[in-house]
Formats: sequence, structure tokens, C-alpha cells
Amino acid sequence: MESVSIRDVSLNFGAVRVLEKLNLDVMEGEFLVLLGPSGCGKSTLLNCIAGLLDVSDGQIIIKERNVTWQEPKDRGIGMVFQSYALYPQMTVEGNLSFGLKNQGMPRDQIRERIERAAKILQIEPLLARKPAQLSGGQRQRVAIGRALVRDVDVFLFDEPLSNLDAKLRSELRVEIKRLHQKLTNTMIYVTHDQIEALTLADRIAVMKGGVIQQLDEPHTIYNRPRNLFVAGFIGSPPMSFLDGEVMAKGNGFSFRLGEHEVPLAGYVAETELAPKQAAIFGVRPEHVEIHHEGDVPETALYPATVDLEEPMGADSLVWVSLGGHTLSARVDSSQRFRRGDKVRIGFNLSMASIFDQETEIRL
Amino acid sequence: MDPVRNRVDGGPSGPRPRRRFSRRNIFIYGTLFVVAVYYLLPLYVMIVTSLKGMPEIRLGNIFSPPVEITFEPWVKAWAEACTGLNCDGLSRGFWNSVRITVPSVFLSIAVASVNGYALANWRFRGADIFFTILIFGAFIPYQVMLYPIVIILREIGLYGTLWGLVLVHTIFGMPILTLLFRNYFTSLPEELFKAARVDGAGFWGIYFRIMLPMSLPIFVVAIILQVTGIWNDFLFGVIYTKPDLYPMTVQLNNIVNSVQGVKEYNVNMAATLLTGLVPLVIYFISGKLFVRGIAAGAVKG
Repeated sequence: MESVSIRDVSLNFGAVRVLEKLNLDVMEGEFLVLLGPSGCGKSTLLNCIAGLLDVSDGQIIIKERNVTWQEPKDRGIGMVFQSYALYPQMTVEGNLSFGLKNQGMPRDQIRERIERAAKILQIEPLLARKPAQLSGGQRQRVAIGRALVRDVDVFLFDEPLSNLDAKLRSELRVEIKRLHQKLTNTMIYVTHDQIEALTLADRIAVMKGGVIQQLDEPHTIYNRPRNLFVAGFIGSPPMSFLDGEVMAKGNGFSFRLGEHEVPLAGYVAETELAPKQAAIFGVRPEHVEIHHEGDVPETALYPATVDLEEPMGADSLVWVSLGGHTLSARVDSSQRFRRGDKVRIGFNLSMASIFDQETEIRL
Repeated sequence: MDPVRNRVDGGPSGPRPRRRFSRRNIFIYGTLFVVAVYYLLPLYVMIVTSLKGMPEIRLGNIFSPPVEITFEPWVKAWAEACTGLNCDGLSRGFWNSVRITVPSVFLSIAVASVNGYALANWRFRGADIFFTILIFGAFIPYQVMLYPIVIILREIGLYGTLWGLVLVHTIFGMPILTLLFRNYFTSLPEELFKAARVDGAGFWGIYFRIMLPMSLPIFVVAIILQVTGIWNDFLFGVIYTKPDLYPMTVQLNNIVNSVQGVKEYNVNMAATLLTGLVPLVIYFISGKLFVRGIAAGAVKG
């Protein structure tokens, strides 16, 4: 069942179109991440769902209720902000009870709700403190608690981790995931951090220019990106792109890369491949195998030269040039490569991506 | 080469020695001292003169301390000095000024803070035009508006009353105060406002429960601005009120500038000091509140 449905939503700021006929269905209990570079409209979309921004066109439906014209408080949503936005002059308890008092809830019921939320979030000892006396992680829990006490259907997160340091960020990421498993509410989470997106999401919506580029499970987004933008945006270190041409060869097809021909056996095409099609070959560093000249298995066919080695701890990134193209390969850090080494590389074609050069859509 | 200074062992260690009476220090502190004396001298003369009797003043030495300290001039300035037909001193003007300043300050700040809040956070249709017009008002010279306001006050029956003057002060405080509050509210994190909306607070709920408690510093600034501005006002006071409702400044002028009889310099000095006392006290007690950061903890560290 859909928990949140966005139907043909557009939003203009004056002449600037921020969202364009956008459609999105979020399932009950799903953790959906809106991912994209800054300015792609992801936070704007979240604010539209929350009712903090009025849409120019379209409908927003939450739990089968059309809430397009409703105030934020009546939409059954709770929101966690980037700065957490705790009310500085109130205690934690005051922060949690503020929304309930505004609803006119009786006092003993408020206390009951706060106790329950504090127990789930393990913030019982903090109830009498002011936000300034809390650590980053505690503040996040209080901010989530503020949505939790109101018993909302949908949690909206607006880049809640993006101005924390790296260590705290990974800790709180795990905490959010754990909380989602415990609460099983629908959650919509905005971020520009692909690691957060890949680790947290049930499904990711990759956005650019107010349009959803691809909506899929993290695994699919990562391995079968629908277009060049998604392929380049997701993945760190990024995918290598090599310009070339699709050619007919025997019964199948191959990809011409300069003087080399890479047979496309094993590549699962999305569309009918056509010969003489200008295309882009995309391959992630971990799907490139690389061997020193000498002990070469049969799969590694193409001679290349090492430009640079970047050790990254558990593994290293090796940059090589292959007939004028530059690409990177990920290898175990026990293998060492030096600038100028002659190597042979091979591709795992079932994990590669090929895009049309003109439309930039996956072939 | 200095054999001691450049030695590695036993050479300089720890803080570098500083001379207290360097040429630089003498120059800086000397200048500061002279400037301070220059500014304090008039105040000194006023205080000293206000504590002398008239015979002593006639000796002509304005810098000499009083031989015989008398508080007679202060008492006279406060309770007995004559302006026109009234001979009850500055006390009348003082209470008039209090009755003008308190409601004017309260009203102007109450209205301007809500204005600023609405302009900063609610961005209603036409907000920008409204704001531009309001700010434009701050640049129109007062002289242009004096007479039209006389007519308006006469038509609504407030001309010559304290409430008429309060109304004028409230309106003239609006542009600068609205600007002040709007800028302050804009500087508060917008997410707090959004969070409060999601929590179901309305226009007044957010204003009183979220914005006001975080705005003590700007309210103090506004109070200082308004109290000193309205207390020191002369022009509006003399135009829009009647003699027995004149504020303290107007009455001070009438005492000091009275042309009949002997010039009582000691009484004039005491009266001037009394009039200036209120803004001075305001500055002294509120100085510390200026620098209080209150939004600490709203944003993650």
C-alpha cells in the first residue's frame, strides 16, 4: 500500500521551475532516500510533502488522504531538520511536549507519550536538560522524538547528518537505520551523500534538475544505472567512462575502444543494440581486473600502462591508460603497481554499463 | 654578535620581557588620558557648578570645586523653578516624560516586533513592497510631516494630549524598529520556525513561544533606542502638547532660557543633569545585556 503519493507535482519560484510534473509513490513502512546534488530539488520536494511549501500544481496524498492544501500539522508528518532545530529555551521535555500542547492534549496523556518516546530513544535521563547541554547524537534523538511523540505516519529527514563530523555521522547513520527497523514507519530521507543513501535506503530516488532520474533499490541503482548521470553520481571512487562504438561481430556485438574490440558477451542489454552506434562504456573500478605482464589469465586481454597508484588502506586504486583512455581499477592492497608498469586488464562485462552517447540512456 | 643572546644553551627562554613604560605605551595612554579629560571636563563643570551657591559662582572661577557644598539648586530645579505660570519645577516635566515614554516605548516595540516577525518569517503577498515603503518613510524629513500631523491629530481629537504624542512617537519609531526586528528574526535559524509549524504552532504561538524567548538582546537594544530617543525628543513634545503637558526636555529649555530675573547657573546645571539622568541610567544597567548570545544550542555544534 502507498503511504505517500506525489502526483504530477510542479513547483515554480517565479520563472524558475524547481519541480516538474513529478510522480513518486512511497510504500508503507518504506525507507526512501531522495539523493542528488545540491539544487536538484530534493529538499524542496520534502518541504512540499511537509506542507512548508505550497505546490504550484499537482497533488500530495498521505495515507489515502489528499493533503495538498493542508497545514503541516494536519498531514501526519514529523520532520527532522539538518540543524535539528530544537527550541533552545525549552528543556528536552518542553521540546517533546510542544507539539502535543498545541494539539490541546490532556496533561497526563502528554506525559505518557513522552515517557514512551523517551524509552524508545533512550533519552529518559536527559528530559530536564536544555538542548545546549546535549551532544550531537542526543540532539538527533530528541529531534526524532519530537516527531515520535506526535505519533505521525511519515518521518521526513532533511539532511540530518550533513554537518556532523565523519565519525559521528557513521554512528548516527546506524542509529537511524536501527530506529527504522524498530518503528517501521515510512521514512523519507533527503541527502547528497551516496553512502548514506546506499546504506539506509530500501529504495533510492536519484534526482537532478527537479526530475527523478531513477527510482530503484540501492543494488540496482549501483549496478544498473539508468543513465550517465546516475552512473557518474553514484560510486566512490567513480565509474570510468570510455568513449567508443558498438559494433556487430558475428552473432553478437562488441565495443570498439580505440584499436581494441571488447566482445559484449555477458552484457545484459536494456534495449536492442544497433551496430555503428556511438556509445560510452562505463565500468566501476572493482569490475576491472588488472595483472602484471607475465602471469596473465585469459580474461585479461588488453595491454595498458600504469599512471598512478592510490593506496586506500584495504585496497588501492590503480589508474591506467588504455589506448588513450584513462580508467581506474580497484585491487587488493597486497598487489603493488608502479608508474610505467606494463599491465593487462580485463572487464567484468556483466557488471559494466553502456550508454548511448547522444541520449545518455543505458543501452 | 651578541655572545649571550645567540647562545643555544642558557640563552633566552620563556616569555619575551616587555617594558611597561615603553615610548609606545606612554604615547597611547597619554592620548587616551587627554581625550578622556577633554570629554569629562564639561560634566565636571556642571556638577561642580550645581553644588555651588550663587555668590560663589559670581567669583567667576568655573573649575574650582565648591567651597561650601549646597544641594539647594537641585531641590530648586526639581521642585521650585518656574516656567510660565507653574512654579513646581522639573518634577512636572519628569512625570510628563515618564507618562509619554513608557507607553510610547511599549507600543512601538510591541507593534514593530510583530511587524518584523511577519516580514521575516511569513512573507505574505506584497511583503517586500510594504517593507520598502516603511523604510522609505524613515528618509522623509520630519519637518515635512509636522503640520499634516497637527491636522490629523486635531481631526481625531488627540491634539494637545499625551496620547496624541504617544501615537506620534509610536509611528515615527516604526521604520527603524521594524528594520531592526526584521533583520534579527531573519538571522534566527529558519528551521526553528519550520519545526514549530510542523509542531502545529500558529502565527501568535510561534511569536510568543519560540521567537520572543530568543529575542531578549534585540528587545534590549530596541528599548535603549526608544527610551533615549523619546526621552530626548524636543520637537514633537513642543509641537503636539500643551504647556502643562510639556515633557522634561521642553521644560528644561524653558527654565534655562527664561529671560526674566537673574540667571541661576547652579539651578540650570542641576536641571540639565536631572534631565540627562534617565538615558544615563538606561545605558549603565543595560550594557551587559547587549552582548548576550541567546540562540546557543539551537543548532548542532
